[in-house]
Amino acid sequence: MNLTTSHLIALLPLMLVCATVVIVMLAVAWRRNHFMSATLTVIGLNAALLALIPAAQVAPIQVTPLLMVDHYSLFYMGLILVAALACTTLAYAYLETLPDQRDEFYMLLGCSVAGALVLVASQHLTSLFIGLELMSVPLYGLSGYAFKERTSLESGIKYMVLSAMASAFLLFGMALLYAESGTLSFTGLGQQLSAGGLASNWVILGVGMMVVGLGFKLSIAPFHLWTPDVYEGAPAPVSAFLATVSKVAVFAMLMRLFSLAPATADGWLHTIIAVLAVLSMVVGNLLALMQSNLKRIIGYSSIAHLGYLLTALVASDGLALEATAVYLVTYVATVLGAFGVITLVSSPYRGADAGLLYHYRGLFWRRPYLTAVLTVMMLSLAGIPMTAGFIGKFYVFSVGVESSLWWLVGGVVLGSALGLYYYLRVMVTLYLSPAEQPGRDAPHDWAQQVGGLMVLVLAVLVLIMGVYPQPLIDLAQMAGLQFPI
Amino acid sequence: MILPLLILIPFIGGFLCWQTERFGVKPPRVIALITMLLELGIALGLWWHGEYQLDGVIGDTPNWVLEFHAPWIDRFGISFHLALDGLSLIMIMLTGFLGVLAVTCSWAEITRRVGFFHLNLLWIIGAVVGIFLSVDLFLFFFFWEMMLVPMYFLIALWGHSGSKGNSRVRAAMKFFIYTQASGLLMLVSILGLVFMHYLQTDVFTFDYAALKDTTLSEPAAMLLMLGFFIAFAVKLPVVPLHGWLPDAHAQAPTAGSVDLAGILLKTAAYGMLRFLMPMFPEAAMQFAPIAMGLGLVGIFYGAAMAFSQTDIKRLIACSSISHMGFVLIGIFSNSLLALQGVIALMVAHAFSSAGLFIISGQLYERLHTRDMREMGGLFGKLGALPGFALVFVMATLGMPGTGNFIGEFLILFGAFEVEPWVVVVASIGLVLAAIYSLILMQRVYFGAAKSEATYRGLDTREYLMLLLLFVLTVVVGFFPQLLLGVTEHAMSEIQTWVATATTPLSSTL
Repeated sequence: MNLTTSHLIALLPLMLVCATVVIVMLAVAWRRNHFMSATLTVIGLNAALLALIPAAQVAPIQVTPLLMVDHYSLFYMGLILVAALACTTLAYAYLETLPDQRDEFYMLLGCSVAGALVLVASQHLTSLFIGLELMSVPLYGLSGYAFKERTSLESGIKYMVLSAMASAFLLFGMALLYAESGTLSFTGLGQQLSAGGLASNWVILGVGMMVVGLGFKLSIAPFHLWTPDVYEGAPAPVSAFLATVSKVAVFAMLMRLFSLAPATADGWLHTIIAVLAVLSMVVGNLLALMQSNLKRIIGYSSIAHLGYLLTALVASDGLALEATAVYLVTYVATVLGAFGVITLVSSPYRGADAGLLYHYRGLFWRRPYLTAVLTVMMLSLAGIPMTAGFIGKFYVFSVGVESSLWWLVGGVVLGSALGLYYYLRVMVTLYLSPAEQPGRDAPHDWAQQVGGLMVLVLAVLVLIMGVYPQPLIDLAQMAGLQFPI
Repeated sequence: MILPLLILIPFIGGFLCWQTERFGVKPPRVIALITMLLELGIALGLWWHGEYQLDGVIGDTPNWVLEFHAPWIDRFGISFHLALDGLSLIMIMLTGFLGVLAVTCSWAEITRRVGFFHLNLLWIIGAVVGIFLSVDLFLFFFFWEMMLVPMYFLIALWGHSGSKGNSRVRAAMKFFIYTQASGLLMLVSILGLVFMHYLQTDVFTFDYAALKDTTLSEPAAMLLMLGFFIAFAVKLPVVPLHGWLPDAHAQAPTAGSVDLAGILLKTAAYGMLRFLMPMFPEAAMQFAPIAMGLGLVGIFYGAAMAFSQTDIKRLIACSSISHMGFVLIGIFSNSLLALQGVIALMVAHAFSSAGLFIISGQLYERLHTRDMREMGGLFGKLGALPGFALVFVMATLGMPGTGNFIGEFLILFGAFEVEPWVVVVASIGLVLAAIYSLILMQRVYFGAAKSEATYRGLDTREYLMLLLLFVLTVVVGFFPQLLLGVTEHAMSEIQTWVATATTPLSSTL
């Protein structure tokens, strides 16, 4: 098939991100300058964000059998790019004093973003795999970026080994599926599945292996074991990236896969995913109860949140697409804000990140605004009204009730009740009387830094989305999935 | 426009308190007081000018005196819909009044982070007013959950540390988790109702008047009703779900206890009256025997618990459980007399328990203990304080001449024609109330003195607060019609809806 101008326009965001990586690389080869690399990355990502507007005018359009640029993928591309921008901003503050080369960080980040963009647009198992690997492989490097810290190195290696394993599972599952069906496109698979032509055990095995592989990437229980360790060890901006961009991209892709290629008629896959969802909600929240490290707590809570979100995947009709979009936006804003505060308290780089709750004791009396931001984020994670998290949770409940998934609804109620315990614990720690020996402290001029401004904006955004969610809902409703003809 | 203003005033006032903290401790206190007086003033103005004694025909749609409507989330037909009738007006007046008391009683007690304290205090009031005004179920739930956060901070940051392993943070957390988890069940019920309505009419709406008329199958109505009931039962509290209450009360600062006992518990009773009964009349009436049974258990359990407490605030907290048992019986008997009694008892209980909590706060300021074993022989030592204590203790045990008597009497009287045996058993609870109330009086103010120390008497602020409460308790006791006249129409609306929905059922049997 020939590529016309409109195809190129549709691909423009992706191409701009790739170009950014190349430009940053050339610039680094010419002269190393942290500020310049960061600025170039920010400009590139912003340009890609702007390029979504012309792309939206030509959408929906199929670019090669591999990619589908529709409003659905553009919506998630936008979300990914915004999250990546936030991570870049945080990383700049964090890396400023890292006693090592700093510029490669932005190249890795750019590559990973490109992978995520491919992933959300993919409608073919090939592009799915390419996107997933393009997104994951740079993340090995990113999570081990502060490799002189033992924990960071450990998290990088752990993520690499386990992620490679998961990819192997995924690939094997895809191969089995291909052997039976002879097609790799989502719709092709969907047609064969609905025709009932794929009932053999090989298909079941293949789909099962894919669930394992993707479950790992989404860190759903029982494939979640890497999450807390990696979140804890990786530099805070990378943890933020992992928790937002990679989760959004994989989930958006999974949602498309599920909508285009509905699972086998008797619904055994739905049952499995429902079980995994409830397991994630319970396990994630239970394990978080006893943690004393904020980064680990957010890690475990992300397991639980993905569990809540799987409700939408199990339902996969009615409100499900809208709910996914709303939930992911609220979740991304919240987690970015939380990791943003952690980054700001930890930066500039001074050894391992300030993760322990002890560091945050009495933060309110030193940094009232930073504390207010973290409080809002914790409330939002807990799903309390007036914050965006409540709207997300409201949607999850709506989807559950609409599709009569009572077990999942029960799981969300139970999970939320458990979750409150540790969110409140974090929150109250911030306001207790300060420890005698003050722990880590944010630099005093944090408000002047872009990072500080950004977390404030995020907090305001979370509140606005919580009080007046209508614009967000309108946006999410536009992000309709395009079924290829 | 006056209705959103009622909600906005406390929120804005609270924010100002927080921001003026930098100018010292005085400005936040003054601003908070002015805010609450303004709130109370508006509520009293509404009472003065409004016409609540409607003798109009009771229709199928609620008869609001004032209404405010603004679109909010069109996607789900959620609107910012506020409405006022006699029932909400009484609750708002009560909220405003107790808000004033809460601010004045923490005038000397709270010395740390005064601005932030008043932010939380006023935001609780704002959210509670929101609960009493909203007639959109989403909005109601929104406020219902929103009041938890400031209350949590109030207990966790300014509370008293209890015994070991029973800290104020723990109490606050218990309070939060109990209410939030049960609240989520209510959210599920609300959504269930909305989707049922959607399936029948193809319209998404969270509006009270529209959802009230949804036809539900019997098991569905029962399940949805239970979702609401559990949320309200935790807040009221009904006995198996009461675990948070003694801790939260004992650990909370005085203002927190006053708010908790005075208005937060009442939000549950209000929710039952406003939402649970009219929306699921058949299910509620089927469930009524169980609910009344739970009410009885509450009356006796609360009284027995109160009797065995040594902490004065825990005693008062447990006595609230006992009184709320009467409220539960009154609500589920669905006789107009009993429903009116519920209103009187709620108001009177708010006054008497607020009085007792304020007194225990003042005792704590002087004696630095809440343990009754270390008190005794205080009568005559603290100026007028023991005298006021006697009045409120008498009110708690339901002495004629106090509002509590009117409330309990009307509830028992009204419920007798429906469930005579329940009333017979419940009356025994009144005797128990006398026992624990007199024990409180005896242990603290009479008997041998534990120390010879002298304490200062009441200053003007403290005296005025208690005097005002005393006067109001007696006024409600002698002129209950002032109160009952306002709520009569709203109550007979609720009573008629439930009665008409259930009568055809019983006539066919």
